[in-house]
Amino acid sequence: MLEMQGITKRFPGVVANEDVDFTVLPGQVHTLLGENGAGKSTLVKILYGLYHPDEGSITFEGSPVNIYSPSVAIRTGIGMIHQHFMLVDTLTVAENVALGLGKPLGLANLQPIRRRIREVSEEFGLHVDPDTYIWQMAVGERQRAEILKALYRNVRLLVLDEPTAVLTPPEVTDLFVTLRQLTADGRGLVFISHKLNEVMEISDEITVLRDGKVSGRTTPAESSRESLAMMMVGRPVEFTRTIADQTPGEPKLEVQNLRVRGDRGELAVHDVNIDVRAGEIVGIVGVSGNGQRELAEAIIGLREIESGQVNVDGDPVKTPTPKHVRAMGLAYVPEERMKYGSIGDFTVAENLILVDYDQAPYVRNGLLSFNSIEERSEQLVGDYSIRTPNTSTLTRKLSGGNIQKVVIAREFSGGAETLLVAQPTRGIDIGAAEYIHEQLLIQRSQGKAILLISEDLDEVMALSDRLVVMYEGSVMGRVSREEATIEQVGLLMSGVGELEISPVAG
Amino acid sequence: MNDFFTVSIIIATLASGIRLAVPFLLAALGEAVGQRAGVLNLGVEGVMLIGAFSAYYAALETGSAAFGLLMGLASGVAMGLVYALITVVMHAEQGISGIGIYLFGLGFTDLLFQKQVGTPKPISGLQAKPFDWLAEDTGRAGELLFSHTVLTYVAFLLVPVVYWLITRTTFGLNVRAVGENPQAADTLGVSVNGIRTAAIVIGNTMAGLAGAALALEIGIFQQNLTAGRGFIAIALVYFGAWRPVGVMAGSLLFGIVSSTVLQLQVQDVISGSVSSIANMAPAVLTVIVLVVVSRRIGQPAALTRPFTRDS
Repeated sequence: MLEMQGITKRFPGVVANEDVDFTVLPGQVHTLLGENGAGKSTLVKILYGLYHPDEGSITFEGSPVNIYSPSVAIRTGIGMIHQHFMLVDTLTVAENVALGLGKPLGLANLQPIRRRIREVSEEFGLHVDPDTYIWQMAVGERQRAEILKALYRNVRLLVLDEPTAVLTPPEVTDLFVTLRQLTADGRGLVFISHKLNEVMEISDEITVLRDGKVSGRTTPAESSRESLAMMMVGRPVEFTRTIADQTPGEPKLEVQNLRVRGDRGELAVHDVNIDVRAGEIVGIVGVSGNGQRELAEAIIGLREIESGQVNVDGDPVKTPTPKHVRAMGLAYVPEERMKYGSIGDFTVAENLILVDYDQAPYVRNGLLSFNSIEERSEQLVGDYSIRTPNTSTLTRKLSGGNIQKVVIAREFSGGAETLLVAQPTRGIDIGAAEYIHEQLLIQRSQGKAILLISEDLDEVMALSDRLVVMYEGSVMGRVSREEATIEQVGLLMSGVGELEISPVAG
Repeated sequence: MNDFFTVSIIIATLASGIRLAVPFLLAALGEAVGQRAGVLNLGVEGVMLIGAFSAYYAALETGSAAFGLLMGLASGVAMGLVYALITVVMHAEQGISGIGIYLFGLGFTDLLFQKQVGTPKPISGLQAKPFDWLAEDTGRAGELLFSHTVLTYVAFLLVPVVYWLITRTTFGLNVRAVGENPQAADTLGVSVNGIRTAAIVIGNTMAGLAGAALALEIGIFQQNLTAGRGFIAIALVYFGAWRPVGVMAGSLLFGIVSSTVLQLQVQDVISGSVSSIANMAPAVLTVIVLVVVSRRIGQPAALTRPFTRDS
């Protein structure tokens, strides 16, 4: 039903898509697989009229189309579920659906829209109430509202850009049921993901992009996780990681009955207890927004603690400021490397001493010592294989993976014995993620205590000695690596059943 | 002192408070429409001055207050198009652009006034009181409600009109959407720039009308005639939580505080330096209001954020 031929799109300095051919048949789930920056988003943005291709043609249901804006795409019969939901939080579902419909100067008549929403919702089992405000809805529900918005417009081809990134495993299962219903109805689906397990499960066909070009076309039957990863990265990727058995030592980080409020004054962290001992990785999993960020910020001293206590290296934190907590021996890799982890307009060297800038030998008599800074940053760039032209390159010019390596290098090399690491591999390429996983395990073998916060369940399960599952600010369960299964952790992540699987210390 | 507390004086004070609320109300309602679409216009004061001068000068030259009013409206439309060009088409920073509009309005109207008029010449303003005949029969309550000029009724009638426009029409739905999440509106084929331009033009037209109302009410123009009312109107949008009725409540509050201060001065209850201090009441009230509403519940999420597809 869709044929994109010879699509090329250039941005200043990069070719985002080069001579890409992409075809979708009716009733088919066609997956676009690739790393961040491989050109998946660019390709679907062209399809949806958000970008205009420099070369190439698009044929939809047999006739050539010129999709120059999203409204043309919708009229053509192409819908898109964006990674960041395109919903207006302060409007109801019906009002969101009504946007762009109706005469521009007429009255907004929502009655027929409500009725039709109920019908469509019923037909596809979406369970969306037209009169609920978006801000009142949970993430999974919002996604169904998005799908409904597209179905209401009767799209025949639906693009889903990383739809599972925000979902718990049970929600992913539900989504896949819905997607199958849509294809059974003869609709075509474009599924974008970089999670190989899901891709193997849902796809009929897979097109892999690398550096803007098609690097492979295959089907789940003809491929494996390994072969797909190979096509994505261009070299073999190690999936299984051997973690050496080692006996943990003394508790290094103790979080006791911690209560923390979120940005809107709600109780974001609810009586949480966590111990991390020397030589172990404790992983905190949970869907985004279940208190993980607030927990990390409270530990490092960026967020006020309402009650409870944090001990670093056996001593209670008395002055909860980042400076003081770091001096007690805690290093912190914050989530969002560009927002909190580094300063984009500073050089690599400057970012590498962002924590130690006021310590000898980087400062002497109140003046920065550029020789020591240069020496130190050269060494770290080498040690952590940071790919940068030189140490005076502006950090924002590096790739996401290399920026993250800068943050990791700074935090891991400072001599802290406890590491608080949040979302270390979110949005970076497989190669850099692999490297960071290795570094975490090296730190573990050196006896560091590591608290790893991540939304990537595979990552946490692969690296952690113990898992702590958070849901709505509370600990839903604790599981040891040996006993953890995706299904069981997934249920805990969605708030189903509170259980203490094994008698591991919290 | 006792004189102040007679019923007739209180009624007169309230009635004049309603009258003084009109420029605030018109300007703030217009600003609310723009902000609901995600565009902050700090230049309300400047547009009011331009509207006031246009109305005054047109009325002075033609002798027609109605024609003056029309010119006040037209100048508002023109300024709206200019502001839309700057902020919507050219994506300029809204805070700075608004200050530019204010400074332009302040300087330009003063220049034109000095060049074209020179010494203040009074005009016959809009004196028509459509319901005056009712006021005589209905006593004191009648004086409060029916003794006003046409523009006062127009201003208060615009409160339900704007409410209806924002909540009940397709245009209003689009305004709310582009003010909260322009990307989402764009993906559904809503013209974000078109809606924002329309909202800005509506807002500026009402600011121009507010200025015209002021000039035609007083019957004179002078440098900085508006004396900060445009800035207070912006504060009132926050005070009213971006809702027409809230904006109206705030406007009445400011109108009545102003009229009370005036009345106290006229009655000689307060005088001398105390009187000067009392003149600060609206300014002090503004600061208090802004502190009280600092939580900004109901603020459009995309306020001041220019829209581009790539962001």
